[in-house]
Order: sequence, then structure tokens, then C-alpha cells
Amino acid sequence: MALTRNEMAARAARELADGSYVNLGIGLPTLVPNYVPAGVTLVLQSENGILGVGPYPTEDQVDPDLINAGKETVTVLPGAAYFDSATSFGMIRGGKIDAAILGAMQVSAGGDLANWMIPGKMVKGPGGAMDLVHGARRVIVLMEHVARDGSPKIVDECTLPLTGRGVVHRIITDLAVIDVTAGGLVLKELAHGVSLDDVRSATAAPLSLDPALELT
Amino acid sequence: MSIDKVVGSAAEAVSGIAKGSSIAVGGFGLCGVPMVLIEALRQAGVGGLGIVSNNCGVDDWGLGVLLADGLIAKMTSSYVGENKEFARQYLSGELEVELTPQGTLAEKLRAGGSGIAAFYTQTGVGTQVAEGGLPRRYNTDGSIAIASEPKPIQVFDVDGEPREFVLEEAISTDFSLVHARLADRHGNLVFDKAARNFSPVAAMAGRVCIAQVEQLVEPGDIDPDQVHLPGVFVDRVLVVGIDVEKRIERRTITEGA
Repeated sequence: MALTRNEMAARAARELADGSYVNLGIGLPTLVPNYVPAGVTLVLQSENGILGVGPYPTEDQVDPDLINAGKETVTVLPGAAYFDSATSFGMIRGGKIDAAILGAMQVSAGGDLANWMIPGKMVKGPGGAMDLVHGARRVIVLMEHVARDGSPKIVDECTLPLTGRGVVHRIITDLAVIDVTAGGLVLKELAHGVSLDDVRSATAAPLSLDPALELT
Repeated sequence: MSIDKVVGSAAEAVSGIAKGSSIAVGGFGLCGVPMVLIEALRQAGVGGLGIVSNNCGVDDWGLGVLLADGLIAKMTSSYVGENKEFARQYLSGELEVELTPQGTLAEKLRAGGSGIAAFYTQTGVGTQVAEGGLPRRYNTDGSIAIASEPKPIQVFDVDGEPREFVLEEAISTDFSLVHARLADRHGNLVFDKAARNFSPVAAMAGRVCIAQVEQLVEPGDIDPDQVHLPGVFVDRVLVVGIDVEKRIERRTITEGA
């Protein structure tokens, strides 16, 4: 059984060590904080200038001056800080952010990431993604294993324009957890009830198996 | 002589902005956009503007209102297209767009306001941002009329490892427009929460910086330790009041709280 979106978010949450500074992309990654185990404290960074992003506000807490990078109204937690955009990307490029979790359209065997443009469609811009993939100490892609039309998103070489080259460390999908290593892609985990053949047929790049992997 | 940068009207605040002026504008999405100044610019009707701002507003708010009146010739932004009119003008070749990674855009403005001509960053290496080919202007048939040029690459050792960096040039502009929570007559500014975003670096990048502020106080009323942007970067201050309209792009609420 492929994981649901919530199960994928829960799996991604296990990547984050207590005390981590983390930047979450829009969409699926925003579900991750719901699954952080008790006793693990994360500081969420939002690249528009917040450290310590909290939950969405109640009606009476809504403040137009307090939004996240997805333009959503948010709150902040005790210990939060505000700063300007240059400082924000200073901490990102400067390697101070422990992990970034973001979506992707394609990831290559070498860790290239494509998640910002489709030729022929209007180009909206990279936002902060290109900065994050070079700056964050660990870049985790959280995405469906295949595209809506069933085509593989994990490929030998990206055909879409890149967001960054050789930047992805780990891929978490509804089928599997895959690491990008110097020796290529390594299958680390299979989702419960998903077979090696399922993953191989949904992946358009060579996969080697982690010796610790338990095959069902 | 005492220093007093306060101006009497929005029209006076934006005076001097002329056809073809370049303007850095603070704000992120609709958060912290200097809407009163933007509206004054719309009423002045000066066109051919080159705007540098993270986004371009929505159809009826933020920089979108200048776009709607056809006053913007070129946008430099990290993320655009939250408005239909933007897409129409971009894809029909009426509007030139320079897409820039968000952190690079912030640093370009900071550098432009700080006497730095250019800087090297890893952001964009291996992509069309460094290698060229990004659409800057389309033809009416949807093909690319002008594509971005490749940028110089240089290898530097970082933590003992050779890495490629791309040379990015600074941005300075004729004017800058920002919104702040608080100002004194010297133009010292204090921003509110996440409304700070691009505003300090946009302000620094303008040769003439115009700030709309919610509240004005006298010099000495702001603790010097609490100033976010020193008044030396600010030329004109327009007081717009604490009830100035602010819009929210995505109102998200905690359910059942």
C-alpha cells in the first residue's frame, strides 16, 4: 500500500532531530509539523523573515503583517525572531538551516532537482528554492513517486530545467525512501506492502539496495 | 536647522518619479507593500517603470494596480503570476521579466545600497539563472524573444572543497518605496513582524527612498537600539495612519480553536 499524504508527512517528520532549524516548502511539507513526536522541538524558518513559525492563527489572532513564505497567515512561538530578506537568505546560504523539505517535479540519480518550471508553460520564478537547495545542510525531497500521468519522477537525468545540480540528499515518496549517494540512488526503505518490483517499475534510474533493507 | 523628512501628501511623496524610472519596492506578497505610494504612482500615471520587487501583487492590490494600468515595462522578481493580467502581459510580449532567485534578489538590493558592484553566490549554478536561456520577453506567438545571458562562473574553495559560484550584479534604483510601522522625522524606521521582509534592502537600493509609515514620532522617541533601518537611507516620510488598509492573500485559520 502506498502511503497517504499524511503518512508521507509523518515519515518526513522522523528525519528531523530535536533542536533542528528547518525550512518547509509549500504544499505537502507544510503537513510535517503535525507529526513531530513529543519531546522534539523544531524551529521553523520561513524565508520571508521568521524563525519560530507557529500554527495558523485563530480568527482574532489574524495579522496581515504576519504571514509565511506561502503567503498564509501564521503565528509565532516563544523564542521567535523577525529579520529582513537579506538576513534570511544569509542564514540559508550560510549553512545555518539544518534541513529543507520541499516538493519536486523530477529528481535525478545525481541529486539534481527540478521543481520550478515546465517549458511551454508560464514561468513564475524560482522563489527561494534555488537558494535553499544550496544552503540547507540537508535537502529532503517529499513527493509522490510518480507524476499524475504515471510517469516516473525519479530519473537518470532531469529533462526539466534544474533548480539545483547535485543538491538532494534524500527522497521520501509514497512508495519508498531513497538516498542520493556518490554511487547513485540507494533504496533505504519500502512503504509497508510495497514491493521492490513496484518501486523499480516506478523509478527511471538504477537503484541499489541498502544492505539493511528488509524486503517484504 | 532641524531635519524633517515628512511630506504633506502622497502626490508630493512620489514627485520626481518620471517615465522610465527604476523603483525598488518593499513587501512580500501583499505583506508590507507600500500601497498608498503605489496608488499615488498609479494616479500620477507615469509609465515605462522598471520595478524591482519580490512579487507583483494581485490583480487589484499591490503592484498589480500599476500593471493593470500598463505602467510597468519591466519587472525584476523572484516569483510572479499571482495575477491574470501579469500572465497576459508577459506572454503577449508587453512586459519584460527578469526572474531572480529570492535570496539573490535580496542580496542584489543589499549590495546595490551598500556600494558593492557584484557578488558570487552558489545559488543558480547549474541552472538557467547562471547558464542563460530564461525567458525575459516573449513574442506574441509565445516563443522567446529575449532570453537571459550566461553569467560568469568562478571556482572558490569552501571548507577545503572547490565549488562553483556565479557572479551576480547588484541592483540600485532611482527610487525606492517601502512601508514601515513607525518613523521619526529623521526617517529612522521600525517595521512590524514579517512586514519587514524586503523593505530594508529595497530602501537601501534606492537613490531616493520614500517611506509610508503608520505612525510618526519625534526624534528621540524611538530607542536608537530599536531602529531597524537608520534614517540616512530614507529621504521622504509620508504618514498614512495605523488604520491603513492591509490585505491578506491566504487567510489560514486554526480550526476549532
